[in-house]
Amino acid sequence: MAAALQFRNLTLGYDRHPAVHHLTGTVAAGALLAVIGPNGAGKSTLLKGIVGVLRPLDGAIEHAQVKKEDIAYLPQIAEIDRSFPITVYDLVAMGLWRRAGLFGGISRRQRDEIEKAISAVGLEGFEGRTIGTLSGGQMQRALFARLLLQDAHLILLDEPFTSLDAKTISDLLDLIHRWHGERRTILIVLHDLDLARAQFPETLLLARQAVAWGRTQDVLTAENLLKARQMCEAFDRHAEICETDAA
Amino acid sequence: MYDFLISPFVEFEFMRRALVGAFALALGGAPVGVFLMLRRMSLTGDAMAHAILPGAAVGFLVSGLDLFAMTVGGIVAGFTVALGAGLVARLTELKEDASLAAFYLISLALGVLIVSLKGSNIDLLHVLFGSVLALDDATLVLIAAIATISLLTLAILWRPLVLECVDPNFLRSVSGAGAPTHLAFLALMVLNLVGAFHGLGTLLAVGLMMLPAAAARFWARDLTAMIVIAVAVAVVSGVVGLLVSYHLGAAAGPAIILVAGVLYAVSLVLGPVGGLRRHLVPGRHLEA
Repeated sequence: MAAALQFRNLTLGYDRHPAVHHLTGTVAAGALLAVIGPNGAGKSTLLKGIVGVLRPLDGAIEHAQVKKEDIAYLPQIAEIDRSFPITVYDLVAMGLWRRAGLFGGISRRQRDEIEKAISAVGLEGFEGRTIGTLSGGQMQRALFARLLLQDAHLILLDEPFTSLDAKTISDLLDLIHRWHGERRTILIVLHDLDLARAQFPETLLLARQAVAWGRTQDVLTAENLLKARQMCEAFDRHAEICETDAA
Repeated sequence: MYDFLISPFVEFEFMRRALVGAFALALGGAPVGVFLMLRRMSLTGDAMAHAILPGAAVGFLVSGLDLFAMTVGGIVAGFTVALGAGLVARLTELKEDASLAAFYLISLALGVLIVSLKGSNIDLLHVLFGSVLALDDATLVLIAAIATISLLTLAILWRPLVLECVDPNFLRSVSGAGAPTHLAFLALMVLNLVGAFHGLGTLLAVGLMMLPAAAARFWARDLTAMIVIAVAVAVVSGVVGLLVSYHLGAAAGPAIILVAGVLYAVSLVLGPVGGLRRHLVPGRHLEA
């Protein structure tokens, strides 16, 4: 199967401290991969590296099959300024960026697409509301509508279900499975182990280094989870320069 | 009525010039002010206004009250401090607000010191509070040019600028326009402050940027409406402020800013969006 993403001895981090350390592996095209790990394990960092917001300290990420513009990224909701006076419609419309760019107009057909995306996430009637008036779940639905419009081959979701109710989670899961059915590649950062076991076939357990990567039921064992917790607690402010070579 | 509102402008050329200058400052500055406010950079604007002073003062030292020298000096100093404060915040543990406070105190002291080396107290007053009633042709052209550049640039940058405010990570994931947009926006801020410096002086230059923006926040939920209202508030402040100063014989710059301040206070109390009104007159709750 073709690879959508390849990590080659990848190290990502901040201020020379690695947050993702010597990660090697392949994400197959069309994969539906849960990324799980304790706080500070480097999950969000990994997604930022893939999008290109963060540059690798070492190693490389290859996505030969997928162009940079073909990656859709859903940041954690806390990173969005929700007090900014922008309407739901405009927020969703930004999903057209790849097609409209800096100056391009939005055609009538694209307006239809925007409306369809908004109704696909169940937000009809909210188009003119500013995002500051939305609840957490409604905001996440709006961001999913934006993802729908991006129409990307590789979709990266950073904790999309945090503090959402069951109905919203199940609606958004339906969308994710629809994308999976369309052979898109999806990486999703999660904290809910039961959800991962029930919904996602493949899991990467990350604790700065990859603890395990494979079929979800093989990865999420008690032994692996304990190992992940222990690996993450060892942060050293006076760490030596890492001499590990390519694994 | 005519005597009160119109004839000061008909009779005196300096009043007409001041009016044109105030309009141009309002058109360019108020939209920039709205974005500064929404990006939580209101105090950045204030600090930057002070940062311009030493540059303008060096210009003054070299060639007296010369428009070109003071403008170039101000722009250079403004950019230096904007980039310097940004770099200090990025490279050290000091947060951006603290490093700006440091920069602006140093700049203000340095600027006043330099002006006092050569100039009189009148020159100092001119630098600190501007001279909106003494705008010559060249200054008017400069201010008008800055307003034009501001509006055109904002029109071009609108989409990435809005997106950079709401969701910078998303912008970075779809396009490399984020950093250039931020820099262009900082440049606009510096240009407008330099323009306002000539009319209103260092200490009040941000007045026509921030007060109308803050007032507009209480009237509109939508960004476009907010900007239109901010410009309107700034224009009204200019007209009314000049009239007040004419009839009372008071200083024009402070009068303009005070009128903007009054409009801000009125908006604060009466504005329908998130103002004090909902506390004063709570009203009964709605059905849905």
